[in-house]
Amino acid sequence: MSILEVKDVVKKYQNHIAVDHVSFDMARGSILGFLGPNGAGKTSLIRIITTITQADSGAVFFDGEPLNLSHPERIGYLPEERGLYKKMKVGEQLTYLARLKGLKPDEAKREIGNWLESFGISDWWNKKIEELSKGMQQKVQFVSTVVHRPKLIILDEPFSGLDPINTKLIKSQIRMLNDEGTSVIFSTHRMEQVEEICEHIILINNGKSILNGQVARIKELYKDHIFRFKYEGDIDPYLLDQVEVREKQNGTIVVHVPTTGEANTLMKAMMDRGVVIKHFEEMLPTLNDIFIKKVTEKDG
Amino acid sequence: MDKLWLIIRREYLVRVKKKSFILTTLLAPLAIALLMVVVGLIFSYQGDESKEIVIIDQGNMLEKRLKDEHNFYFRFSDRTLEELIDNRSQESFDGILVIPPLRDIVSKKHTIFYYSDTNLDLDGSDAIQRLIRDKIRDFKIREMNLDSEQLDNLNTQVTLDPEPLVRDDSDEETAGDNPSPFTSVIAAGLGGLMGFAMYMIVFINGMMVMRSVMEEKMNRVVEVMISSVRPFYLMMGKIIGVGAVGLTQIIIWAILIPLIASGANLIFGFDTQQVMLDEASAEIHPDDLEMMAAQVMTELKAINWWLIVPCFIIFFFGGYIVYASLFAGIGSAIGDDLAESQALTLPLTIPVILALYIMFAALRVPNSSMAVWASIFPFFSPIVMPARLAFGPPAWQIILSIVLLIAAAIFCVWISGRIYRTGILMYGKKGTFKEIWKWMISKQ
Repeated sequence: MSILEVKDVVKKYQNHIAVDHVSFDMARGSILGFLGPNGAGKTSLIRIITTITQADSGAVFFDGEPLNLSHPERIGYLPEERGLYKKMKVGEQLTYLARLKGLKPDEAKREIGNWLESFGISDWWNKKIEELSKGMQQKVQFVSTVVHRPKLIILDEPFSGLDPINTKLIKSQIRMLNDEGTSVIFSTHRMEQVEEICEHIILINNGKSILNGQVARIKELYKDHIFRFKYEGDIDPYLLDQVEVREKQNGTIVVHVPTTGEANTLMKAMMDRGVVIKHFEEMLPTLNDIFIKKVTEKDG
Repeated sequence: MDKLWLIIRREYLVRVKKKSFILTTLLAPLAIALLMVVVGLIFSYQGDESKEIVIIDQGNMLEKRLKDEHNFYFRFSDRTLEELIDNRSQESFDGILVIPPLRDIVSKKHTIFYYSDTNLDLDGSDAIQRLIRDKIRDFKIREMNLDSEQLDNLNTQVTLDPEPLVRDDSDEETAGDNPSPFTSVIAAGLGGLMGFAMYMIVFINGMMVMRSVMEEKMNRVVEVMISSVRPFYLMMGKIIGVGAVGLTQIIIWAILIPLIASGANLIFGFDTQQVMLDEASAEIHPDDLEMMAAQVMTELKAINWWLIVPCFIIFFFGGYIVYASLFAGIGSAIGDDLAESQALTLPLTIPVILALYIMFAALRVPNSSMAVWASIFPFFSPIVMPARLAFGPPAWQIILSIVLLIAAAIFCVWISGRIYRTGILMYGKKGTFKEIWKWMISKQ
């Protein structure tokens, strides 16, 4: 069952098409990555899902129902452009935002208490936001996104401006929420972060979804038959004439072969000639490589 | 609706709890009271320098009698001017007033001379001229053998009492509406006060709404907010919350200002208004003054408060909503640079200021066609109509004005909501008027 279904959604602004016939399905409890350069249309798509704006055409279903104004209460959204009321105290601020998400006062207090405790910041309740450092504010901001136990959380560039320690902390919280069944949309232009966290991705460029699927399968699909060997001994130059050598230094060689089978043939021939193979792996493309390939492919 | 209430509550509490709010709300009446006391003191200040003046009455017109007044102490001397000047060291005085005899009993102009090292101030020379004029008048009456009582009877005090053409005798209520000579003065005072209060409310609170919208946008908290509530609720919550803050302030002031003013009067032992009135009407007889005060009281009682107070409240809400919503819309279109706000707020500040000037004009001629139409036009009416209310404008004008104001309030909220929902998500640069127009007409 899908937590989110997006069908042929189009959103036009005055001068350009921000979302151009995008469709995808998101399984409940999964982590989905929205990938694309700045200005690709990720935020426009998110704003449609969070009901901040409406699609010009197409349909969105949340948890099986056509998207409506009650759904934001079940969605937690951490926008890229985020902030808090500087003059408010942490406790007040979180209570206010939680109550706007439909929590009762006592529920809100309990949940906020739990979250502050899990971040080890229970004593912040009476601190004003403006007294906190940027990293501390980000923690409060994250709590405000998840305090109402949403079914779907949407994080737009969640790690921007975070130091490595806080990044790790937030990542572990995202994993924990996901383990508990929360679906997560993770939007970023930083491809390497997506590879680490997401099972599925949607690659967006110029408002269009140009690639959509499981990360492992996409990599499989876009792999280029590049293999890396680590070895001891001398390789007969004759063998290397048969393949395209991409890199060769200090007992490591990277080659490009037409098929996976030929890599095996090469390895066997090397071993037959007395070369000791210490390590052999297929080098899968990074999402960054795939993205560049897809974009240039299209433009070409 | 729950969420709207939450937003109103926050917007209200956040402001009311601020130290600056508490200080201005409590200190402003004190400052006003202080100002009133100071103004009263300034007006009642008559100079602390007393002057001893020797009078040489060459025609003996004053019969050696002149009451000391205005810090002047008079005494008469039979010596000549030269003798007095020569013996200055023996006799102490500040000046010599020489009153030559009248050339002719019917002469209408007479010059008297004042010899001194220091010049008289304006008030002092006026006072002496007045005193001597009255004395010469008495002298002439005696010389001409006139009856002073008969003469007094020649003076007739004329008052213009406005009366309606058609009097409805059947209705006793309206008998009280009978305008008296003081009606227009009191109506102007009351109207000016209400119009000006409205101007302040609209301006200060409208600006407050705008700043609050801008702050939310610049803080980037706005996107977090509108992922939970409709932008329209956020805007309305803000408008209502800030409006409630303004209302709270007015109510506190309405209670505190009279309290402090009367407290100050008790402490300082004088009525500042009375002092001002005294000064303004030096020639009015004390009995007249009492009569005037009584008249003012009856006038104030006769004013149709049952009409004015509810109307004022309606115009307060209507005017506030019209301008506050437009200020909110404009605030949403302003980018990250506060300095840019000027260009966008100008189209709003101009009508407010214009309305204030029309209001002042309307106080003088409350039924001029400009005053009438401005008090009906919804962008001016919240300021101009309250000023006219005390003059008893025709019912149709009030009703038309209210209907148009309500329509305008709904329209402005609607149009601002459309600007707001797009504007708040436009980060960075400010919107141009062309863009704002597009936001208004575009569908979401």
